[in-house]
Amino acid sequence: MRELLGNSLLEICYIAASITFILGLKMLSSPDKARKGNLYAAYGMGLAIVATLLFKEPLVGAKSLNYILILAGLLIGTLIGTRMAVKVKMTAMPQMVSFFNGMGGACAAVISIVEFDHVMHTGEFDLGLMIIIAVGLIIGSVSFAGSIVAYGKLEGKIGDKAIPGGQIINILLLIALVVVGGYLATMSAPTSMLLYALLGISLLYGILFVMPIGGADMPVVISLLNSFTGVAAAFGGFLYGNQAMLTGGILVGSAGTILTVLMCTAMNRSLANVIIGSFGGGGAAAAAGGDQGTVKEISATDAAILLAYANRVSVVPGYGLAVAQAQHTIHELEQLLVEKGVEFSYAIHPVAGRMPGHMNVLLAEADVPYPMLHEMEDANAQMANTDVVLVIGANDVVNPAAEKDPSSPIYGMPIIKASDAKNIIVMKRSMGKGYAGIENELFFHDKNRMLFGDAKASIQKLITEVKNL
Amino acid sequence: MDQILTLFYENKEFIFLIIVSIFLGIEVISNVPAVLHTPLMSGANAIHGVVIIGAIIIMLEADPTNYLALILGFFAVVLGTLNVVGGFVVTNRMLEMFKKKDKK
Repeated sequence: MRELLGNSLLEICYIAASITFILGLKMLSSPDKARKGNLYAAYGMGLAIVATLLFKEPLVGAKSLNYILILAGLLIGTLIGTRMAVKVKMTAMPQMVSFFNGMGGACAAVISIVEFDHVMHTGEFDLGLMIIIAVGLIIGSVSFAGSIVAYGKLEGKIGDKAIPGGQIINILLLIALVVVGGYLATMSAPTSMLLYALLGISLLYGILFVMPIGGADMPVVISLLNSFTGVAAAFGGFLYGNQAMLTGGILVGSAGTILTVLMCTAMNRSLANVIIGSFGGGGAAAAAGGDQGTVKEISATDAAILLAYANRVSVVPGYGLAVAQAQHTIHELEQLLVEKGVEFSYAIHPVAGRMPGHMNVLLAEADVPYPMLHEMEDANAQMANTDVVLVIGANDVVNPAAEKDPSSPIYGMPIIKASDAKNIIVMKRSMGKGYAGIENELFFHDKNRMLFGDAKASIQKLITEVKNL
Repeated sequence: MDQILTLFYENKEFIFLIIVSIFLGIEVISNVPAVLHTPLMSGANAIHGVVIIGAIIIMLEADPTNYLALILGFFAVVLGTLNVVGGFVVTNRMLEMFKKKDKK
C-alpha cells in the first residue's frame, strides 16, 4: 500500500512538472509573462527532483552512500552553477547558455555509459534498450562536444578553422556513427570497447561539426545543439519509462528546432546554408571589390552639435556596444538628448550582437525604456525622417551589400537602412571588417562620417561635448 | 521484423506521447518575438536539464559496490544540476532586465 502511494505521488509530481514545462515554454514566448514562466518551469523541475528522491524506490541494498553522493552532487552542481550564472557578464550570456547545454549533453551521455555497464552485468541485451542507449550516447556526446566548441569560439579561445575536406570527413563520421551504433545495438554480446569507440566518434563528430561554422552563426548552432540535448534527455526518459524526462526532452527538442529555424529566418538564411556554407569564404570576393572611395572622419564636437540640434536621432547598436560595455553610457547620452527635446530611439536589428535579442537584453540592463527600442521594420519606416543615425559597433546589420550585391555572403539578409537617414555617424574602433569578414560600403557613403575609437570613450566624449554646448 | 513490431507495440504509449509533444512544442513557441529568442533558448536549455532525473535514478539503482556506476553517476548528477540550476538562473537574469524596464 505504501509503495503504491509513493509510486502514485511520484507520477503525479511528474505530471505536474510536465505541465509547468509546457506552461513555462508558452509563457517564455511573451514578454510580460516570460519571467514567471521561467520560474514555473524551475519550480516544476525542483518538484520532479525532490519527488524522485523521496518516492523513487531505491535498489534493495542501496546504502546511505548512494543518497549522500546524490545530495553532494546536487549541492556541488547548484553552487557552481549559481556562481557561474550570477557572475557571467551580460555580453557572455550566449556562451554561458552553450556551456550549460553541454553539461546536459554530457549528463545524458554518462547515463548511457552507466546503463550499458548495467546491461553488461545483467546480460539482458534487449534490442530496444540497446538502441536507446546507443542513440542517447551519440546525441549527448555530439551535443556536449559541439557546445564546448561553440563556447570556446564565442569566448574567442577557438578560431574559425576550415578543415580541408571537412564536409567529407563529417559525412564519413556520420556513417561510422550509424554503423557502429547499429552494430552495438544488434550484436548478441556487445563489448565496452565498442561503446567507447562510439563515444570517441561522437565526440569527434561534435567537434568537427561546429568547428568550421563562423562565429556569427553560433547562436543558431547553440539553438540546434540545445534541441539535440532535449532529444538526448527524451531518450533517457525512454530508458526509465519516465514521463517527465520524455515530455521535457521532446518539448525542448521540437521547440528548439523551430526556434533554430526562426533564428535562421530572421537572418534570411536556411539552416542548411548555416551548417554547410562557411561565412568566412566571402572575404576574398568582397576584398576584390577594391577601392570604394574615401572615408570621412568627424570630430566629437561636430558630432555632438549634429546630435544636439537634430529632431530625430536613431541609434543602431551592435556587438561593439556590448564589447565596450557602453550600454550605460549610451543611456546617459540618450537622456541628455531627450532633455534637449530630441526624439530618440534605438533601431534593433533582429540579429545584432551575437544572439537574437542580445541588444535588448543589454540595453535593458542600462534601464533604457522599452518603448524606445524599435524593431527593424518600424525603424526602417521612420528612417527617412531621421536626422542622424548613430551606428555604434554594428557593421553587417547595416551593410548595403546585403541588398545590392548577390555575391556577398550576407546577400538577402534584411538590414537597417541607415543610408535613408539624413546623416550617418559610424562609431568604430578601426576600419576592421565585421563578423562576416566583408567590407561595408556604408562607411564610404557620402552622408557618412566616422568617429573612431572605443565606443564607451567616444560616447563619453559626446556627452561632455553636448553638455558644453 | 518481429522484434521491431514488438518494440513498437510495447512502447505505443510512449510513441503517442512523443508525437503529441512534438506538435505541442512547435505550437507553444510559434509566436515568439525575435526579442525573446535568446531567453527562450536559455529557458528551454534549463528544461532539458530534466535529464538530471535520469542521473538520480542511476544513483538510486547503483549497487553500492559498483564504484564505476557510483562515480559516473555522481558526475552525471553534478553535470545535470549545472544544466538545471545554471540554466534557470541565467534565464532569470536575462528576464530580470526586461522586468526592470517595464516598471519604469
